[in-house]
Parts: sequence; C-alpha cells; structure tokens
Amino acid sequence: MSAKQTNMDRLFWGFGVVIAVAYALIPVAWILSLSLKPAADLNDNRFFPRVVSFEHYRAIFQDIQFPAALWNSVGIATLSSLLAVTLGMFAAYAIVRLEFPGRRLVLGAALSIAIFPPIAIIGPLFNLWRAVGLFDTWAGLVLPYMTFTLPLAIWSLSAFFREIPWDLEKAARMDGATPFQAFYRVIAPLAAPGVLTTSILVFIFAWNDFLFAASLTSTNNARTVPAAIAFFTGSSRFELPTGSIAAASVVVTVPIIVMMWVFQRRIVAGLTAGAVKE
Amino acid sequence: MRGRTRSEHRLGWLLCAPAVVTMAVVTAYPIAYAFWLSLFRYDLRFPEERAFVGLANYASVLTSEVWWRSMVNTLIITIGSVTVELVLGFALALVMHHAVFGRRTVRAAILVPYGIITVVAALAWKFAFDPTTGFVNALLGLDGAWLTERWSAFFVIIATEIWKTTPFMALLLLAGLTLVPEDLLRAARMDGASAMRRFFAITLPLMKPAILVALLFRTLDAFRIFDTVFVQTRGAQDTETVSMVGYNTLVVRLNLGLGSAVSVLIFVCVVLIAVVFVKAFGTSVGGEEGELE
Repeated sequence: MSAKQTNMDRLFWGFGVVIAVAYALIPVAWILSLSLKPAADLNDNRFFPRVVSFEHYRAIFQDIQFPAALWNSVGIATLSSLLAVTLGMFAAYAIVRLEFPGRRLVLGAALSIAIFPPIAIIGPLFNLWRAVGLFDTWAGLVLPYMTFTLPLAIWSLSAFFREIPWDLEKAARMDGATPFQAFYRVIAPLAAPGVLTTSILVFIFAWNDFLFAASLTSTNNARTVPAAIAFFTGSSRFELPTGSIAAASVVVTVPIIVMMWVFQRRIVAGLTAGAVKE
Repeated sequence: MRGRTRSEHRLGWLLCAPAVVTMAVVTAYPIAYAFWLSLFRYDLRFPEERAFVGLANYASVLTSEVWWRSMVNTLIITIGSVTVELVLGFALALVMHHAVFGRRTVRAAILVPYGIITVVAALAWKFAFDPTTGFVNALLGLDGAWLTERWSAFFVIIATEIWKTTPFMALLLLAGLTLVPEDLLRAARMDGASAMRRFFAITLPLMKPAILVALLFRTLDAFRIFDTVFVQTRGAQDTETVSMVGYNTLVVRLNLGLGSAVSVLIFVCVVLIAVVFVKAFGTSVGGEEGELE
C-alpha cells in the first residue's frame, strides 16, 4: 500500500510519527533531565537542566536502601520469569501437541486468572504469608508473580508453539526418542525465541508490580524498587526527595528501554499473541 | 493405540499440573479464604475479638459512603481513560500502519510507556505538574497545584493512565488493523468512498473483535487502578479508588474481615464487567482470545 501513497499522505503520516515519538518519550526525557539537575536547580521549573550533575545517582548508590531494592527486584523478577516460563512451557506444549480432556479447561482457567483483581487476594496472602513465614521474603513475592504471569506465559507460548514445525518431533520420536527427549532436544531449541519473548513479558510484569510489593514486604529483605521508590523518605516527612527518586527511576527504566529496543518485534508479537484470530 | 491415547492423556495432565496447581493454590484458595474471612469480625489489632458475623461486613461496606465514593472515582478514572485511549490508540495504530518511514522507531518508542514501571510513570507526571518542581505550570502560564484539587487531580491521574496504557491498546488495534483486507479498501477508494467513510464502513466493523478484546482488557485493568493514585494523591482530594479502599482496610488498618469483604466485592465487580462485555457484544469476546496482561 505504501507505493500508492501520495506525497501528501506521506507527509501526513510522517508528521504522525513525530507526534507519536514525542508523546511516548517526553515524560521519560523529563524524568531524565530532572535526575540530572543539581539539587539547587530542582525547583527551577525548567524542562532541561542548566547544568548536568550526577549527584543524585551517587546519592542513591551510597544509600543502602536503593541497591538492596535493586538487587531484590532483579532477583525476584528473574526467578519469577524462570519459574513461570518453565511451568508455562510444559502446559503450552501439552495444550498444543497432546490430545487430552481438560485442555480447554486449562486455557479457561488461565483466562480467568488474567482478569483476576490482585487486590482480592492481598488480605488472605498477607495473613497466610505471616503465618507460614513468607511475609517479607523473596518467595513471598515470587509466588504471586509467577501465578499472575502464568496465563500470559501459557497463552503466548501456545501461540508461539503453534508455529513450530512439529514434524521434526515426529522424526525424533521415530528414531526412538521418548516424548520428553523429543521435547527437550528437538523442540526446545526451536522454541527458544518464543520462550525468550515470554520471559521478557513476565519479567516486565514482576519488575513493574507495586501492589504485592507494597503489601507483602516491609523491609530491605524483599522490598522491590517500585515499593522502595514510592516509600522513599527525604530529610523531612513532608518533602519528597525528588532528585533521588528521579535518579532511581532512570536507573530502573534504562534496562526496560534497552530490552524494548532490542526485542521490539518479538515483544509486540508476544503481547498480541492470540488476541486476534488469524 | 488405546494404551498410547491413555499415556498421552496422562502426559498432558502431568505437564499441565504444575501450572494449574500453582494457579489454584495462589488464587483460587486465597479468594475462597477471602470469602471465609469476610464472614468474620477479624481485626489483626484485636485478634481475640474474632467472631462469626455472617454478612454484616458486606452490609457495612455497602452502606458506607467511602465505598460508593471510591466506586464513583474508580468509574470516572476507568471511563475517562479507556475512552480517550481508544481514540488515541486508534490514531497510534493508524500511524504505525501507514507510516512509510519511522515505523520501527514509533513501535520502539511507544513500547517505552508500556514497559516503564507504573510508579515511575506516576512520579514523572506528578513532578511535571508539581508547582515547585514541575515545568507544566511555567509552560502554560498557570500557577495551580494540580494534585490538591479533585478534578485537576483526576486530570493528572487519567493523563498518566492514558500515557502509560495507550500503547498496549494501539498494539492490539494494530494487530486487528493488519487483518483488514487491503483490496477491499482499494476497491472502496476506486468507488469514490472518502477516507472517513472507508474507515467507518469497512475498517471499523472488521476490527470489532480486536476492539472488543482491547476494551475488555483495558477496562478490567483500569478498574483495578492502584499504583498511580497511590503515588500521586494517596487517595486525597476524594480520588480514592476501590483498590485503595481494599489496601487501606487490609494492609494499613489491618482489618481482615472488612477488608476481605471489600476484596470479594471488587472481585464480583470484575466478574460482572467481564460478563457484561461478553453479553453485550456477543460471543466474539471470551472464546479464543489470549491477550492476558
């Protein structure tokens, strides 16, 4: 269709591109420029910093709170994605490849959890976790994160698995491989790109969550970055440490931007997997 | 052959079991437990006063002003953000669909709001509108404190939501847009149909399933809004949402009985919204779609 566009059309959509990029990036540029302003200039009401200073970055890494939260976030998000994707992979393989009663039930259960409001289980989890010693631990967050991302993992992995040339598996089975071997040795490598995409989506969910982190943690033991930033306290109770918050925000946003840029095509495919019948 | 079928069934169940068990243990069991707790007077600060009270907690929630005000606030935010997102999302999807240059750039750029931590996005917007640190007032020549008044606070909250989640809407709509046959649009163009008319008579009806899925998921998501409001106003200026009422009752005031009743009611609302969507728009939603955020 692009060949049929007139110059006017091209100009129009080109203008659209500029607006869309500005729309997406201005708030990010704003928090970046805020983080680079020296403390004295924080209240100058200007978009761009007059002088660039890294003092807020030094400050957050000298504090114990932020590095601890960063470590918790990385560890918890990584563990959650590993677990969710592993379990999701088994289920998706069974759903795509095997005939068994209850396949639809699994997909249906996944769908209903996708619309499940996390706030509905905060109270019980809060009570249970305190009773069994999971409150304020990594496991206490990994469990809800992997659960809430399992639906996404199952659906998007199923969508990716449907695209795999499964005849190769049949060939492996003919050569005497067990179903498990066929999965592990032949199919898993082919499925790697879909698995990677799904892991990224799961990682983003866990990296982003605030509700569970705010409710089920209380100290640097397991408090993740979103909760740490939201509960950052400045010199006085009523004053937000704006510079530190901005710097911490930038630090946790950079990895996301890099991932988005590198894997954009896959991420879009994973996000919309199965959303529209093809 | 029979033996093989049976072993296949077994393998299928075996492979699905870990995922299904996890989902059941972490959601089905707690929601049942929440329902159970909601039938008790149970305040963690006074645990010895725990007693079965039947539906009394529901009665107090449903007759409290806090609950209904938060419901109204939640609906204002949900409807306000989802409507604008649909329009903006369409515009973004059309740009990505038609742009010759920069398609890749737009896609990568709009993934940034999608991927950014909600708390961070909420803080960025809060600082931007803040009268002491922000640039918005200076830019517009205003001097209001946006987050200290109800409607301007809603404006900032809704704007943040829109910025953060429109990309998701746009990507779902783009997926639907690519399924509209190009030939049909070309034929209509030959017959003299204007761009407007082509959009409303061909593109829009063909995209109905994609639009419904996008609307359903965004509505359910917006109804659960918590992070943005928590960061920007903490519920002050009468901007408290139902999820915040749940959080405050459960985690701040440690009232598990009352808080669980709030949780169960939110759960019921979410189910109702899903049912209304499916019923109102026919069977095109709810069957095969798999976008699950």
